[in-house]
Amino acid sequence: MDEHEHEAKKASIVVFSGDMDKVMAAFIVATTAAASGIETTMFFTFWGLQALKKKVPTGRTLFERMLSMFLRDINGIGPSKLNMGGMGRWMFKKMMKQHEVATLPELRQMAIDLGVKLLVCQMSMDVMGIRREDLIDGVSDVVGAATYIAEANQSHITLFI
Amino acid sequence: MAEYTPERTLDARGLKCPMPVVKTSQEIKNVSVGSVLEVIATDPGSVADIQAWCKSTGNELLGMEKGEGVFKFYVRRIK
Repeated sequence: MDEHEHEAKKASIVVFSGDMDKVMAAFIVATTAAASGIETTMFFTFWGLQALKKKVPTGRTLFERMLSMFLRDINGIGPSKLNMGGMGRWMFKKMMKQHEVATLPELRQMAIDLGVKLLVCQMSMDVMGIRREDLIDGVSDVVGAATYIAEANQSHITLFI
Repeated sequence: MAEYTPERTLDARGLKCPMPVVKTSQEIKNVSVGSVLEVIATDPGSVADIQAWCKSTGNELLGMEKGEGVFKFYVRRIK
């Protein structure tokens, strides 16, 4: 076995997408990495913020409030393909339930329980008019790109989803 | 049958990827170092995944039993 196999390892994942399927892939990889003894960080930016947003209206300016109408919470985001105005989301949820796959909120909670660090991009929050109180309590910190790079620089696994 | 005496058993039946591995990682903490955790799963993917998880974490997979749609794993906690 490789002598480096059991060294302290890190994984860092950028979650840029706000699509149900992609966010799901991100949480599956993150929980599995954490379960494998790898210190795991997820960095949520742009559309990815929806994965951590509470189901609340956001924004103060006109544009921010207009954007808010199109932002969802983790239960409301749809698949990247075949969403068909929400029907796809409903269909995929049903199919995943039939196969007893863990739901997105369950995977997110599991990530938190396993100690996955959930970092949020400050700049995305500012641009989109999303405040700390609009996000779930499980968020570890609000940071910038340099913090992500510092994590990624120490990581054996880096992903951009 | 099993020649291993598990200290604990994890029932992961019905769970799909990544949950059998995730639950195993949590349950192994409740087993004393050197003792054996039995994992029962129905997800066919867990056959490869429990082995991979053992490789990643350094825990020892003592053995595996394949029954009718049910898989049993015997994992010794190493550290």
